[in-house]
Amino acid sequence: MGFEADAVLLSRIQFAFTIGFHILFPTLTIGLALFLVGLEAAWLKSGRPVYLHLYRFWVKIFALTFGMGVVSGIVLSYQFGTNFSRFSEITGPVMGPLLSVEVLTAFFVEAGFLGVMLFGWNKVGPRLHFVATVLVAVGTLNSAFWILAANSWMQTPAGAVFNGQHFVVTDWWAVVFNPSFPYRLAHMLLASWLTTAFVVAGVSAWYLLRGEHAEVARKGLSAGLIAAALLAPTQVFMGDQHGLQVKRDQPMKVAAMEGLWETTRGAPLLLFALPDQEAEENRLEVAIPNLASLILTHEWDGEVKGLKEVGPEDRPHVAIVFWSFRVMVGLGLFFLAVAFYGLLARWRGTLYESRWLHRACVAAIPMGFIATVAGWITAEVGRQPYTVHGILRTADSVSPVPVAAVATSLTIFVLVYGLLFATYLYFVHSVVRKGPDYDAPLPERTPKAMQGARPATVLPAE
Amino acid sequence: MTIDLTLVLAGIIAFGIIMYVLLDGFDLGVGILFPLAPNETGRDVMINSIAPFWDGNETWLVMGGAMLFAAFPTAYAVALPAFYLPIMLMLFALIFRGVAFEFHHKAEASKAIWSTAFFAGSALAAFAQGLLLGGLIEGVAVADRAFAGGAFDWLTPFSVVSGLGVVAGYALLGATWLVLKTEGDLQAWARRYGQWLTVAVLGFMAAVSLYTPFVDAAIAERWFGGLNLLYLSPVPLVTAAAGFALWHGLRRDWETAPFVLAIGLFLLGYLGLAISLWPNIVPPTLSIWEAAAPRSSQVFTLVAVSITLPMVLFYTWYAYRVFRGKASTTGGYG
Repeated sequence: MGFEADAVLLSRIQFAFTIGFHILFPTLTIGLALFLVGLEAAWLKSGRPVYLHLYRFWVKIFALTFGMGVVSGIVLSYQFGTNFSRFSEITGPVMGPLLSVEVLTAFFVEAGFLGVMLFGWNKVGPRLHFVATVLVAVGTLNSAFWILAANSWMQTPAGAVFNGQHFVVTDWWAVVFNPSFPYRLAHMLLASWLTTAFVVAGVSAWYLLRGEHAEVARKGLSAGLIAAALLAPTQVFMGDQHGLQVKRDQPMKVAAMEGLWETTRGAPLLLFALPDQEAEENRLEVAIPNLASLILTHEWDGEVKGLKEVGPEDRPHVAIVFWSFRVMVGLGLFFLAVAFYGLLARWRGTLYESRWLHRACVAAIPMGFIATVAGWITAEVGRQPYTVHGILRTADSVSPVPVAAVATSLTIFVLVYGLLFATYLYFVHSVVRKGPDYDAPLPERTPKAMQGARPATVLPAE
Repeated sequence: MTIDLTLVLAGIIAFGIIMYVLLDGFDLGVGILFPLAPNETGRDVMINSIAPFWDGNETWLVMGGAMLFAAFPTAYAVALPAFYLPIMLMLFALIFRGVAFEFHHKAEASKAIWSTAFFAGSALAAFAQGLLLGGLIEGVAVADRAFAGGAFDWLTPFSVVSGLGVVAGYALLGATWLVLKTEGDLQAWARRYGQWLTVAVLGFMAAVSLYTPFVDAAIAERWFGGLNLLYLSPVPLVTAAAGFALWHGLRRDWETAPFVLAIGLFLLGYLGLAISLWPNIVPPTLSIWEAAAPRSSQVFTLVAVSITLPMVLFYTWYAYRVFRGKASTTGGYG
């Protein structure tokens, strides 16, 4: 028992660590890809060099981040099989096709056109270059779509029946558009865009604080904070909607998020608590009466199911879910406050002068990533003790691999990823410190053929 | 007449694997040859010759994994735990190599470190893939549709030889790619190494081919039973001819043909392998039909593949066309 339990735990930690590390990079590239589309469109339309300077600056960070996403992503397509082979055998007919479509509609598109985007300025015309930028952005969205479909199916499985050996799909539409998918896709995309908005605003604010690159920094700050002002409230609304859906489909996850042991009408919102899994109670509770019911049922006295509805062996780890959820929500409120502060400063005309606003934006640079990972921890630990919610237990999902092998690979992952992350930050930092390159020649904005043709097209009226 | 979807999907995965081997093979090969380059300028040209392509090339590996998961979940679930350690080795090596790529051109003081990481990552990834190949040929212990062997079953003298063979093979692809994409001293250097590597690769292919029939009586029967050797004899004969042409072309001034011939050698080796292992997806016992996914998953995957794969091939071809011609010190990362 002890031996097997250890292999299960180590495989879970390894999967959580590698996928948690990986998601940091797509979180930024999904947002930056769209930002780059906007910048290149603005450059093509207006011809103002500031947009091109911004594009060339952010595309460097995009490329570094994308590279990290590629290498950490390859691991994941193999890790289902290496560490969770029982899960793979059973769910392969559902998960495999979804991941295959992701590879075909996302990874290939991104990889195929990223080269053109980075190195193709002088090899293809401006329109084709713009098409490449757009296609890379479409690729990142496709990737989010299919991976969220696959992951959401594990949360709220639908459209497939278990025949004792495999899940056999009876309805692909139901598999892809499973009950939690639309909510979770929207929640993740908003998280990416919001994170990116604060990265762009934060780096720009850093330049303003140092008195550097004023033109580029003002554009970046303004764009980042406008995006944040739109996205932060939308995300709060979306989070609320998603919460209602989780309460309907995975009530024990919500019970863990709320730290609620007994099924309660008018459940309180806990600001602080130390959930004790063994004793089935919380210590040091600080609570606001009835608020959890109000949020989760939109009724003052609504009923919220408690963890004791199921046996101890069917509950997720309460403290992890409870606290990761609070980190995510707390940061969400922080984003709302900074975005509102930004609107206020804009209204007052102090957007580019308010040092406190700029400091808050710099502080927000890492916060979107932390909130995103905290949200994923809430979602995935909250799904436990199942890999496929309610059907396939995590303990029945792992590979027949000795614990020593997993311990070895996990140790190396921690060391390698730690080193890589430090190096990544070092290089991103040096790109940021160097700032935009104003000296590189501007590429052509209109196709060569048209430039030649233009004088001739201005014919006098007949 | 009904189409055997399992067979079609096996064909698509086989296609994906050979695309990966050929495409990432040449850029891993450039990494393997990296420390042997005549000078630093040469190394910059080498990096630039593969910069626009490498992550697209590596995507075929992700596709192989995902498609195996989709179409042959049992094979995926048996083979990956069986090769846990070499797969992890391959993944770590590819990680190092990929980031070394990104960081190499940004680095100044640490450039030597990233050059080393780029070489070591490329060589180890190739070696690990060779271990996988050797281990697969020697077979995987399966019981009750799951892996039933030990963590080091794959580690044998044969798998090590096969590992070295893949390193040499990728280096050959890399050398012939450089003949195609470079000029002057660097090209002359690539030609010299290409000749040695041609001889080495033919040696490894002969060793693997001669050993493989001894692994399993069924494989021996496949090659030597009845008149089979007569029908199959074109495979080794054409391989020898292609090898000689490659060696010859590298001594002359052929530019494109060596790369094509090196690809040809890989295709022939792959064909030989397919003849030996057919119809097993995880030798010696798990056939493609036993490992196949239910029909609804096969249909979904096939529909997705038939819509997207032609597009993938088209824009992959397009990307190679955009960056055609000789690589330079400024062509890639500026």
